[in-house]
Amino acid sequence: MNSNRVADRVREIEGSGIRKFFDIAQQMEEAISLGVGEPDFVTPWSIREACIFSLEKGYTSYTSNWGLLELREMLSDKMYNEDSVYYEPEGEILITTGVSEASDLALRAILNPGDEVIIHEPSYVSYKPCTVFAGGVPVCVATEVENEFKLQAEEIEEKITEHTKAVVLNYPNNPTGATLSRKDLEEIADVVNEHDLLVISDEVYGKLTYEGKHTCFSSLNGMRDRTILLNGFSKAYAMTGWRLGYAAGNKEIIEAMMKIHQYVMMCAPITAQMAAMEALRCNDEVERMVSEYNRRRRLMVEGLREIGLSCFEPKGAFYTFPSIVSTGLTSEEFAKRLLLEEKVVVIPGSVFGACGEGFIRCAYAVSQYEIKEVLERMRRFLERHHVV
Amino acid sequence: MKEEEEEEEILKILEGNARIADKEIARMVGLKEEEVKQIISELENRGVIRKYKAVINPEKAGIETVHALIDVKVGPERDTGYDPVAERIVRFPEVKSVRLISGEYDLSVLVGGNTMREVAYFVAEKISSLEQVRNTVTHFLLKTYKENGEIYEEEEKVKRLAVTL
Ligand SMILES: Cc1ncc(COP(=O)(O)O)c(C=O)c1O
Repeated sequence: MNSNRVADRVREIEGSGIRKFFDIAQQMEEAISLGVGEPDFVTPWSIREACIFSLEKGYTSYTSNWGLLELREMLSDKMYNEDSVYYEPEGEILITTGVSEASDLALRAILNPGDEVIIHEPSYVSYKPCTVFAGGVPVCVATEVENEFKLQAEEIEEKITEHTKAVVLNYPNNPTGATLSRKDLEEIADVVNEHDLLVISDEVYGKLTYEGKHTCFSSLNGMRDRTILLNGFSKAYAMTGWRLGYAAGNKEIIEAMMKIHQYVMMCAPITAQMAAMEALRCNDEVERMVSEYNRRRRLMVEGLREIGLSCFEPKGAFYTFPSIVSTGLTSEEFAKRLLLEEKVVVIPGSVFGACGEGFIRCAYAVSQYEIKEVLERMRRFLERHHVV
Repeated sequence: MKEEEEEEEILKILEGNARIADKEIARMVGLKEEEVKQIISELENRGVIRKYKAVINPEKAGIETVHALIDVKVGPERDTGYDPVAERIVRFPEVKSVRLISGEYDLSVLVGGNTMREVAYFVAEKISSLEQVRNTVTHFLLKTYKENGEIYEEEEKVKRLAVTL
């Protein structure tokens, strides 16, 4: 039915046929899922405990629209110490309900109708629709496995027009697990500078790197003023359900984001903010989880290669993005058949942009035992389809 | 990874699961299987790895055992301190662990047996009667919640969504 009740802008966002597949996957009881986008760890106990304690003490109210000052102060210190960039707790840091809200605010705060946003693909699925909702125009850049899924500075340059307002960066990347080195980032920074652009840098996987430390984009020379830095607690602290993130940037933009935030969200939940302060003291727990992800990453990558899929080596986040071109199946067919025949959930790469076709996303945020079991099932599947 | 780091990583993996295949350890650490075998046998030879044991929940296994923690106050000997008495106590197979502790008492001894009576008699006859032992307090263990880093009654596993993008 095509009524005029739903706005065109919303209607035109693809609903995507993949939904049906997701519904089957969701309902299949004994399926092992590599389709997850969240840690399999429960939030570390000391964080949960701190939250319970805050509830007992009666912290159940609204907070400042900006978020608790003490939390912003701790984040300011954390960014200064870990990311080598300073933001003032007052006016330059905004606490949000996840990076999800923060990225929406960032786009809405900066886009005028028709402004273009350059988005690298394969990418997290929110950036494009949120750009459209904000009245902007997404301009996609395909990254290539040959370049280790790194966004190349000259690829940005090719897409720049007089309408280009911003570039979205997401490294470590969902869905590929790709990371950028300081040098890669500096080349991008040069282009950004030269063309007077803004960067929305989603660094929610920043703590999950396995070969070398993550470089924060806004710590690069001259980039602090041009960057809206987004980060959150979901991935590094295993806190997806708490819905907590933050944005940091120059006063003018953060204040603009805060204007929207105060009317649509008011503030992030106080329970999550109280827990987050404890999370920031839990570096050992984060390290423990990162070491475990790293073990699983190696098991998964080597295992996928052994059963005959060529697999780029991811250096961050918790995803692998192997190629399934050798099977002759599309990524959607591959995922559907694997689910029905072997009860394994993987995500077709095409969900993350057209250039994701030919790949599947396999998350390794599952136990070592499950990784072994999944690899065995996939081996059977590939043998049956005569590809190995 | 440096050599010590490799060792440490292998130990961590084995601590979590002693029955894991060498091949998998090799993958996780980024070494060849033979290299892992070599490192593990060195760790065994050096006595770093003492033993591979299962962590058993006796209650679930239906095994009736009784354990007690005994606080032992010792009159230390002039030249040799606590070691001689501790070395006598460790030899009894009923004794599962012995630790020197700070505070009011000196040794903490874990004793196991089939019945409370058996354990109580053992303490009275073999420990309290030692010449250097001044005083003991026996605490029978009623329930174990966590042992060797393993929580016995794991919390229910929360089901995550099968698909999130
Ligand atoms: C790249 C990326 N950004 C943002 C999010 C959402 O994060 P949050 O839970 O903080 O809203 C995700 C979650 O999958 C993600 O992968």
